[in-house]
Amino acid sequence: MRDDSFWSKIKKDYSKNYIVVYMMIIVVAYYVVFHYLPMYGVTMAFQDFNVSKGIFGSQWVGLKHFKEFFSSIYAWRTIRNTLLLSFYQLLFGFPFPIILALLLNEVRVKWFKKTVQSITYLPHFISVVVVCGMVVEFTSQSGLINDIIAMFGGERVSFLLKPEWFRPIYVTTSLWQSVGWDSIIYLAALAGVDPALYEAAYTDGANRFRQFWHVTLPSIAPTIIVLFILNIGKFMSQGAEKVILLYNENVYETADVISSFVYRRGLINADYSFSTAVGLFNSVINLILVVTANTLSRKFSESSLW
Amino acid sequence: MAIKKSVPSRLFDVFNVLLLSLITLIALYPFLYVVFVSFSNANEYAAYTGIVYKPVGFSLAAYKAVFSNKDIYTGYMNTLFYVVVGTACNVIMTSIGAYVISRKNFMWRKPITTMIVVTMFFSGGLIPNYLLIKSLGLLNSRMALIIPTVISTYNLMILKTAFFNLPDSIEEAAKIDGANDFVILFQIIFPLTLPSIAVITLYYAVGHWNSWFNAMIYLSDRDLYPLQLFLREILISNSMDNMLMDSSAAEKEQISQTIQYATIMVATVPILLLYPFLQKYFVKGVMIGAVKG
Repeated sequence: MRDDSFWSKIKKDYSKNYIVVYMMIIVVAYYVVFHYLPMYGVTMAFQDFNVSKGIFGSQWVGLKHFKEFFSSIYAWRTIRNTLLLSFYQLLFGFPFPIILALLLNEVRVKWFKKTVQSITYLPHFISVVVVCGMVVEFTSQSGLINDIIAMFGGERVSFLLKPEWFRPIYVTTSLWQSVGWDSIIYLAALAGVDPALYEAAYTDGANRFRQFWHVTLPSIAPTIIVLFILNIGKFMSQGAEKVILLYNENVYETADVISSFVYRRGLINADYSFSTAVGLFNSVINLILVVTANTLSRKFSESSLW
Repeated sequence: MAIKKSVPSRLFDVFNVLLLSLITLIALYPFLYVVFVSFSNANEYAAYTGIVYKPVGFSLAAYKAVFSNKDIYTGYMNTLFYVVVGTACNVIMTSIGAYVISRKNFMWRKPITTMIVVTMFFSGGLIPNYLLIKSLGLLNSRMALIIPTVISTYNLMILKTAFFNLPDSIEEAAKIDGANDFVILFQIIFPLTLPSIAVITLYYAVGHWNSWFNAMIYLSDRDLYPLQLFLREILISNSMDNMLMDSSAAEKEQISQTIQYATIMVATVPILLLYPFLQKYFVKGVMIGAVKG
């Protein structure tokens, strides 16, 4: 009986919404092919995948590739580099947009505020290839940075060949690109503060710093907390693109992150199963982090990713 | 309300303006440097050390070399194709998806939404995706840069929220007038949610413009390369031989630098010229993304 009524429900829904049903089939087909098939494809992390035998014919090997990864020198190196790059990006990339927004918020001259905003947003619109290209030119032996160093009598440095310089370069350029853009969200929160609060604080004798401390800061605190938590959720998902553009064999020690390692082993060395295993390990950690971050964010405030 | 400002307060204002000016200068100077060097005379620039605050000598030689480079032209044309055709497919497919999961009286809405949202949190990863594209025969085809990324779930959620928040009465009235779902979507909902459509269009277009990684792993035919891949060769791998054919080795070394800067200009200025007109949509996008999707 239940089955029957379920069928009639489908039929009734179809007769009412048949165009929507066709639309749904297109969308579902897309998601199945381009998202769920690759998800099934991760099973090759537990196989010795062989292109000619395919995913159904290859031999199962259990956790062999995971064991290989974790007993290699690459495991610690790539995990450490991924975590450290995220950490430094959070350390500098997180507070600076807040500070910029707070400084801008104190500016009363409209055209000045607008100009600063427009110019600091600008680097966000440069493609990652061009940004990395600029880094390569600026840090070259006769580039801008070395010219400035030489001007002060310093020694010219081949920055991109020195492992100790990779992280500073990576973090600085990210900061340059995103500080203005990331401040937008805080500026919006600041714009939403009721001016009556400032007036009340002023009548109560609060000076400018007191107003900042008791009105401005508490009003953006929820935004700060939520964005911080969501940033933690992205801690292990360091993208490969910028790393691949900037690194070279000399700096693998500090530059090689999990995703760039997966790219190199998987697509350049065609070591499919092994690199899928490494990627899967990374995805699972990411999943745990994102879900935890969202749960926390929901606890602290109304907002979360879903 | 004219509030008399205290001395510390005024001092702070001065300090604040100075600090913000410094930040602005730091944000801007790399661009200015690129502009100046691209118009510089290669020999004079090579001999110059110190802060560049205007072109060193003046020469358009670098731009001549860039504009005579066939790769730049090919790259621009291909990128234009990916941006226009790719974004059109993106917007159509995304709005169809958003329409499906915003139908309130549609019985499959919840399961389909779940199925879609799951993909935001877990993906097969690089290698399974690559092997999929390979086995579908999409390697080395323009479609490899369009079909696999035709819906971005994040943008889909932005649009779904916009569609969902429309009053039901509008569609009910249209249905009574005999409009089918395509008419409702493209002729009624589209105009009503234009700001959100504009935002996702912009996001997709910028994504196509900036994209190089997928092109690098999926394409081997240089005739299909987007601009960013050629930029990578010129700026990062330093390969400019086809622009420097009739130069000696020393000349090459010198002019190659100004050529690189001119290349950055040619690849970036069009975007920066569009930017003032698009800024407000981008800012709106940040706001839409910030509210619960």
